[in-house]
Amino acid sequence: MTKLHRRTLLGAAGAATLATPAIAQAPVTFAGRTIEFVIPFAEAGGSDVWARFLAPFLSRHLPGQPNVIVRNVPGGGSITGSNDWAQRARPDGSSLFGPSASTHLPFLLGDRRVRYDYANWTPVIVSPTGGVVWVSTRTGITDGADIARLRGQELVFPSQGATGFDLVPILALHLLEMNVRYVFGMRGRGEARIAVERGDASIDHQTTPAYLSQVVPLVQAGQGVPLFSYGLPDAQGNVQRDPSFPDIPTFEEVYQRLHGRAPSGQAYEAYRAASIAAFAGQKPAVLLKSTPAPIIAAYRRAFEDIVADPELKARGETVLGVYPQAVGDAAESLYRHATTISPEARDWARNFLTTHHNVRF
Amino acid sequence: MLDLLLSTLLDLLTLKHMTFMMVGVTVGLVIGVLPGLGGIAGLSLLLPFIYGMDQTSALAMLIGLVAVVPTADTFSSILMGIPGSSASQATVLDGFPLARQGEAARALAAAFFASMLGGMFGAVVLTAAVLAARPIILAFGSAELFMLTLFGLSTVAALSGGNLAKGVAAACLGLAFGMIGAAPATGEYRMDFDTLYLSDGLPLVIVGLGIFALPEMFDLLRGGGAIAQKGQSLGRGWFRGVRDVMRNPGLVLRCSGIGALIGAIPGIGGSVVDWIAYSHAMQTSKDRSQYGKGEIRGVIAPESANNAVQGGALLPTLLFGIPGSGSMAIFLAGMILLGLQPGPSMAERDLNITYTIIWSLAIANLLGTALCIGLAPGIAKLTLVRYTLIAPFMVMVLCFAAFQATRSYYDLLALLAVGVLGVFMRRFGWSRPAFLIGFVLSLGAERYLYQAVQFTGWDILTRPLVLVILALTLLSLWAGLRKSGGTAAINTEGAADGSRAARMWPQLAFAAVVLGLFVFTFAEGMKNSYLAMLFPVAVACVGGACALWVLFRQSRGAVAAGSANFDTEAEAKDRGPWPFLGWFLGFVAVTGVIGFFAALVLFFLAFLRVVARCPWWQVLVLTAAACSFLLVLASSLNLLFPGGVLQAHVDLPWPLR
Repeated sequence: MTKLHRRTLLGAAGAATLATPAIAQAPVTFAGRTIEFVIPFAEAGGSDVWARFLAPFLSRHLPGQPNVIVRNVPGGGSITGSNDWAQRARPDGSSLFGPSASTHLPFLLGDRRVRYDYANWTPVIVSPTGGVVWVSTRTGITDGADIARLRGQELVFPSQGATGFDLVPILALHLLEMNVRYVFGMRGRGEARIAVERGDASIDHQTTPAYLSQVVPLVQAGQGVPLFSYGLPDAQGNVQRDPSFPDIPTFEEVYQRLHGRAPSGQAYEAYRAASIAAFAGQKPAVLLKSTPAPIIAAYRRAFEDIVADPELKARGETVLGVYPQAVGDAAESLYRHATTISPEARDWARNFLTTHHNVRF
Repeated sequence: MLDLLLSTLLDLLTLKHMTFMMVGVTVGLVIGVLPGLGGIAGLSLLLPFIYGMDQTSALAMLIGLVAVVPTADTFSSILMGIPGSSASQATVLDGFPLARQGEAARALAAAFFASMLGGMFGAVVLTAAVLAARPIILAFGSAELFMLTLFGLSTVAALSGGNLAKGVAAACLGLAFGMIGAAPATGEYRMDFDTLYLSDGLPLVIVGLGIFALPEMFDLLRGGGAIAQKGQSLGRGWFRGVRDVMRNPGLVLRCSGIGALIGAIPGIGGSVVDWIAYSHAMQTSKDRSQYGKGEIRGVIAPESANNAVQGGALLPTLLFGIPGSGSMAIFLAGMILLGLQPGPSMAERDLNITYTIIWSLAIANLLGTALCIGLAPGIAKLTLVRYTLIAPFMVMVLCFAAFQATRSYYDLLALLAVGVLGVFMRRFGWSRPAFLIGFVLSLGAERYLYQAVQFTGWDILTRPLVLVILALTLLSLWAGLRKSGGTAAINTEGAADGSRAARMWPQLAFAAVVLGLFVFTFAEGMKNSYLAMLFPVAVACVGGACALWVLFRQSRGAVAAGSANFDTEAEAKDRGPWPFLGWFLGFVAVTGVIGFFAALVLFFLAFLRVVARCPWWQVLVLTAAACSFLLVLASSLNLLFPGGVLQAHVDLPWPLR
């Protein structure tokens, strides 16, 4: 089949313009090939699990049932692998790339080590996730609606660093005018969570799966209270409540209640870009934009079929949550929101990080 | 609870589940035997296959692997003097000298038996503690973790070799190397030379292999013969090894306890447990003169501890979703792929899963020990083979293990650089164990001190658990320093006799280089903001002072220098390790030009022909065997070999790509 395809191409080159429609109609097939799903992280961890979960489905639904392998290229907080893929990948659909929040954020903030550009890539699926900011009941509140009472005290937030994933709650709590002391150097959200449980810290955020399995028991035991979730943007880009937590208000709702108006301005723009990059648009799988259109279309179709696969629905909940997987145009729109920021909002965020957290760009 | 224990056992003991466990145990055995490759590589190998498996089979397979790695990695530690994984570095100190004295069988038997007991202990601890471990784990906050890192550092006193100043300086050097990369308090990059590679810090695997394995390899090559100097008595001593363990029940129990506890506390990690256990054995021995020369207790202690770690490390993994080690992180990923979410429910609703894991751990430990004992006589014969035939295989496996760290060419350069440092530290008696302990605990010490002060202020010193650990630390310091400095000093870097040099300048030069490194650390430290500056500057000052003291003593002349005078090359007649270092350097350089795989083929051909003087047919057979082995391993890990200049310009097919 591949040979035939190649011959068609050669013929097309000879017959010049006349043959062009013939190429477009030649069926794309990956039979007998090996597709690499490149992940810029080491084995284990969210992105690796996500890619390993999707790989067999991709193999099943791509035309020609190719072998799909996950290749980990770790280092530099995912920048190494991303630079590498941006430089080496060939536009033939043989390699798919899975960046994540810690790849998006340095790009949005204009980290000088970044050598990749999301505008050169096109998404074939985007897997959203969510997150919840919660406090210990040692702060004195037992209901998230009493959030205003937290303003009278200093909260302690255990963080992995101001320029990563934790940028989102840092900006959110800044917008809510909370008095927060950040203790950096945590080695994961798990360590941060037990620092709150132990009483060393008082406020924390967790992604959806960890919130459901680890924090919900604490909330039920009366030790923790959820404040707000980051929500999920709808097709128009308006943030809606997270389907995993229909009872927890979004950041926007809480802001509205505390300030009496909807959030706006560069600070909010920076928060929104960071929050969609880190949560709603956290895990896209991308191809090079220069890949021939039929190949991109084949991938798009494959992911549409994967999302409809009943087995994915049956087995996917621990990995994908209850989130609608964005494919086709929905993927395109979510991807754009997650990987773009206005120059003004970027400058504001950089300036904020330099003044408040001593970050040097 | 007893019903559940019994029913999970019966569920596990079916043919299907046991078959999958054997798969895990077998892969673990192979991965464990290969130096440098540990649970992380093994689990990554199995991860793609668990898709679609039932939970019990998959858990049995993964745990089967996790359980057997710290047993099987003993082979290369004892037989080759190369740490089989980062959990069995301390086993090298006494295990390898035993092998060289022809007592490999005894050392292996003692190690396997101790490993099995430790593993069983870990499984028992897990059974009992899973219902009550939550408050214990929560009791260890940043302040307690900081004190534990201090406790770990206190073992340097016992492991510093003949000269305390050198030992402390070596530990400080390790601390300084550990600070490369992002500072925990502020995220500033320190000593990274503006490279992405160093921004993550030096990988532990590479430091362990570079500091221990490369110098040992060069040394063996210089010897020219086989590893075992008295090879005939290889097959004997099995029962003696088991008897050695039986005679030290207290030691096994205490070290297993240390292993399980340290493993259970997230944040310290299993890679320092073997050293803590080793120094514990040393501190509690009446006669310490044989440590470092072939003391069987020095093998028993780390081996019983490093298997017990796994049982302990499963506690935070299962209850909090916090992996205590690299291999636990991958095990966690495997659980999520199986649709299992760790959390408090593992001690309640999902208790059957937890018990399946515990039983797998216990049974796999038994199976692993039996297999290791069965395979040992065969594998131990390697110590009778001429080392020049083994060396190229070691180079291959070491490099392969090293670039498992980040899969880049820089991994090989880092290995080379640390290896050169290791060669000199070994030669001049700067304790490499002390260096490694400093390296492992570096970021932890800084991170937890900063966090403790931020969370609770200086009244951390009033917390009861902090005071208990402080008391233990002082006790360990006292036990380590007692008797040392006199004739009973322990030399972790070989015998002091015959190491008193008359020519002092090589030692002086190296001490000056060490001092220079501290000056550099100081200067780099000063560039940072206050919180990121404190630790490097403090370490540079302490280390610098010790290095100055050593320099001062050495400059007073060969005799007046006393224990500061140490040079294993003092009576050497050959050209030193340089020709072999040159071979390794050449291999790394050629890799930089034509890529790893092609360079390896050339290296095998050239080394076997020129150094080992093999006939051509043997050269070709050995090269082909090495290449096919490497290709099988690399293709099952979906690995690309590090490329060179050639690969950057030309698109070649795998494995040359």
